[in-house]
Amino acid sequence: MIQNFPILVVILPLITAFLIPLIGWWRKKYCLYISILSILSVFIISIYLLNSVMASGVVRYDLGGWEPPYGIEYVVDLLSIFMIILIAFISLVIAIYSKKSVEKELSDNIVAFYTLFMLLIAGLLGIVITGDLFNLYVFLEISSLTAYALIAVGEKRDALLASFNYLIIGTIAACFILLGIGFLYMVTGSLNIADLSAKLPEAYSLYPRVVLAAMIFFVVGLSIKMALFPLHTWLPNAYTHAPSVVSALIAALMTKVGAYMMIRIMFTVFGIHFVTEVIPVTSILSWVAAIAIIVGSINAIAQTDIKRMLAYSSVSQIGYIVLGIGLANSIGLTGGILHIINHAFMKGCLFLAVGAVIYQTGIRDIRDFQGIGKKMPYTMAAFSIAALSMVGVPPLCGFFSKWFLALGSIESGKWIFAVIILLSSLLNAGYFFRVLEKVWFGESPHEGVDEAPKSMLVPILILAAGCILLGIFVFIQSSFIKSIANTLL
Amino acid sequence: MPLEWILSKYNYWISAALMLIGFYTMISKKNFIKKIIGMNIFQTAIILFYISISDIENRAAPILVAGKSDYVNPLPHVLMLTAIVVGVSTTAVALSLIMKIYKEYGTIEEDKLLEVR
Amino acid sequence: MEIISIKPLLAVLISLICALLIVLSRKNKNIRESWTILTSVTKFVIVASMVPTILRGDTIAYTLMSILPGIPFEFRVDAFGLLFGVLASFLWILTSLYSIGYMRSLKEHAQTRYFACFAIAISATMGIAFAANLLTLFIFYEILTLSVYPLVIHKETPEAKSGGRKYLIYTLSGGVVLLLAIILTYSFAGSLEFMNHGFLAGHASPEMLQMLFVLFIIGFGVKSAVMPLHSWLPTAMVAPTPVSALLHAVAVVKAGIFGVVRVIYFVFGVDLVSELDMGIALAYFVSFTIIVASMFALAQDNLKRRLAYSTISQLSYIILGAALLTPSGLTGGILHIAHHAFMKITLFFCAGAIYVVTHKKNISEMNGIGRSMPITMAAFSICAIGLIGVPPVCGFLSKWYLSMGAIEANEVFFVFVLLVSSLLNAAYFLPIVFNAFFKEPDDKSSVGEAPPFILIPLTITAIISIILCIVPETLNPFLQIVKEVVENIGWKI
Repeated sequence: MIQNFPILVVILPLITAFLIPLIGWWRKKYCLYISILSILSVFIISIYLLNSVMASGVVRYDLGGWEPPYGIEYVVDLLSIFMIILIAFISLVIAIYSKKSVEKELSDNIVAFYTLFMLLIAGLLGIVITGDLFNLYVFLEISSLTAYALIAVGEKRDALLASFNYLIIGTIAACFILLGIGFLYMVTGSLNIADLSAKLPEAYSLYPRVVLAAMIFFVVGLSIKMALFPLHTWLPNAYTHAPSVVSALIAALMTKVGAYMMIRIMFTVFGIHFVTEVIPVTSILSWVAAIAIIVGSINAIAQTDIKRMLAYSSVSQIGYIVLGIGLANSIGLTGGILHIINHAFMKGCLFLAVGAVIYQTGIRDIRDFQGIGKKMPYTMAAFSIAALSMVGVPPLCGFFSKWFLALGSIESGKWIFAVIILLSSLLNAGYFFRVLEKVWFGESPHEGVDEAPKSMLVPILILAAGCILLGIFVFIQSSFIKSIANTLL
Repeated sequence: MPLEWILSKYNYWISAALMLIGFYTMISKKNFIKKIIGMNIFQTAIILFYISISDIENRAAPILVAGKSDYVNPLPHVLMLTAIVVGVSTTAVALSLIMKIYKEYGTIEEDKLLEVR
Repeated sequence: MEIISIKPLLAVLISLICALLIVLSRKNKNIRESWTILTSVTKFVIVASMVPTILRGDTIAYTLMSILPGIPFEFRVDAFGLLFGVLASFLWILTSLYSIGYMRSLKEHAQTRYFACFAIAISATMGIAFAANLLTLFIFYEILTLSVYPLVIHKETPEAKSGGRKYLIYTLSGGVVLLLAIILTYSFAGSLEFMNHGFLAGHASPEMLQMLFVLFIIGFGVKSAVMPLHSWLPTAMVAPTPVSALLHAVAVVKAGIFGVVRVIYFVFGVDLVSELDMGIALAYFVSFTIIVASMFALAQDNLKRRLAYSTISQLSYIILGAALLTPSGLTGGILHIAHHAFMKITLFFCAGAIYVVTHKKNISEMNGIGRSMPITMAAFSICAIGLIGVPPVCGFLSKWYLSMGAIEANEVFFVFVLLVSSLLNAAYFLPIVFNAFFKEPDDKSSVGEAPPFILIPLTITAIISIILCIVPETLNPFLQIVKEVVENIGWKI
């Protein structure tokens, strides 16, 4: 049993996804409970896996007993287990939150929703645990397809267009990634990540152009998947029109998994030497990221719809993560990975809080948020904590990602990035304080609006508490993440 | 020599041409169904690409037959079976989205949709 | 010797807990206010109990945990931090009393938010005073920025909101520049721990250090309201008067000043700053503020805005003293932190008292007000004279030391600056005093003094302003602490 834990991480949600239609046919409300149960067990398993990874190094699992490089291998190293725990925790919190929200927004499709929800999580977990490139592509497509469907069920009909647009762009990205995999397979004859990275240097000396083309296909494809500016055009509409739960889930996790793939491909497959010196992809990426940070923030300032504002804010925050990858030094990459977890908590909390406001009042225009803080104090307190964290107020967690990223920029001699990061915190302050001022100061025109129901409030507060705790105890996680970064570099 | 070199890699040229046709269709056509057709051409091109790289000259298809000992690489075929499945499901999702869009908006032409919105 | 004690942490935490208690007991305002009073007294006792230890030459330290490699979350109370701590915690007691009187007389809304944010702001001020390294200081610095924001826009009028926005834009931008400076410092030196002689020497090229110094000054300069970074302060005067009194004359602006002094003496160190030629450059730079802010003050009719410009000018006195890099200059500067606090808080208290009783904000409406409010205006006059620099009010003492410092540094120009500014101070304060006592009131309706909750604090601070000047040196607690600071740096007075 215990040696099968790596596969269980993926299989459990996958099986649950198939069980849900059966159970939902019998009792609709059990769909939620079985989803929560399944994610909870994944979470517990991942804690166990964390222990064994910490104790005895990388855990490997050969699927069906076929040995790598021929069979599919699941690899749990520090970075994967970090991502697994993050995905399991955030999706658990969001699953608890989803009860009321789904009952209201998608009352006819509860069963279908949870089926897709579990498939999405299975896909995300699969991406981070697999050690096989083609398997990664398959899981990527599982998660993407479910995400298209989940976005399409948003309440307004614009959701359909947003989803279709995402589907077209997402499929192009997936095709690029598949091509990249194909090129690598051509020159190395292997799909196993560890095997590939060992064979790549030799392959590069024989067929430099093929490897180069593969690299470019990967970078462009992954940039689309993680919505890196200027390939972010699908994101604002998708986040805006998706149901609140889905917005939170994809904002907190999907783009993060994209970032994970970027880190994996760049540093594990191609290797640090290749991406910094042979082809300076990282320095190109860091410039693109710097532009993304600024453009995303400026766009966010211009929005009136709060979900769209958060979406553009995500575009800018993804820039932070990519900047960390692009700096390609220990401190910078630590900052980037740290921001994966910090941003997951912050953006998750913000989207859930906004979702709770929409659930209670239906408002989504920032100008209507006047005085909502007096009506929904706890929700908006959590929102404020997450927002301040995004601005980078110490000791909240967002501050420390900025700290590491700015420090990393200075270490690598690129001061301009440190300035951009700090400038962007002012821009963040610009769009968040506009909301906070409305929320807390002024009379509320909303009569009879109450605090969100407990099942929504608790997840929001958990994520807000996470923003504080991740900041205060940054020493623990930053040293853990630093060891991840050091294994990658 | 260059002509021979080009001709000897005809499989790549064909799949590259198909890819470009598909990619162009996906981004330039206003009709959603045509976009999906482009998407399918793109995916098929990639499938052809994978299959063609698995081929090794003078070897048999990877089917166990008496008297044959050399086979082409079977793995890409297997991979492409999965890719076909992925492609089919993407098409299915896309088509069902288009149906919904048609029901809601009464059109599936991108420029008309922009007016309706 | 370094003594490990939890006192500094307690001093910071107690008002945070107080903020929580205030929110919890929001239903009953008497209980709520008693929490404020209770904690402010306790806090002062805690802080004051550290004075003997510090005067013995020891420091008190407490490390809570590690934030980042090489940067602990640590408090260390040295003489300089203690001075700021004692000052802010003592004045919090008086301001709390005053706040209660003020808020209740005016029947202000959202009093719970007001008192809670006030408590958090004081907590952050303590944190700044006792921080042992730049990052700990920065954390509290940012908390202070944010906790004051609700106080600035307390009235929730469009004017207050735009004032609040301006306040945030300035202070957050300052914070960002400061953060850049801190990160650079960490990148150069690998440490952020304050040292008596600075720790940056030799870690980077002189040009780099000069740039870093400028970044620090800009970063802290926003809260210190150094021109041209000052314009948030007059705008922030839309806040209720106790906020202007304690925060915009003592805690917030002095936090900026505190940072400047910390950077000059404990990050760079005297030798490095004079090597880089930054001290005198800074002194010239702030001289501009001293003069020009006084001139701006002349033009203000709104009393609180005039006081705000006066504050801007007086704050630069302190930076001037520190930038002279001489023992007397530093003594004068640090002493002025305390002296200016007592005098300016009295003036703000008086302005508030007048507003509570008459609802008048403008100086031109205050003719003859000294007849109906003699105590208030007497206190006002004492402190106005003090700020001009006339004995026997404490402002004289700090100006004396500052002039001495300028002479020690062989820069007589600054003595001249101080003189001119004194004249300007006289020009904008004396007419108020004159009109209040010697002009006929515009309306004959006689109004009385403000309620005791308001009157008592301002009387106390005015009396202390005099006492600080006339007591013998050995009995003057602030002078003793300042001597300790100067000795720690390695100087003798």
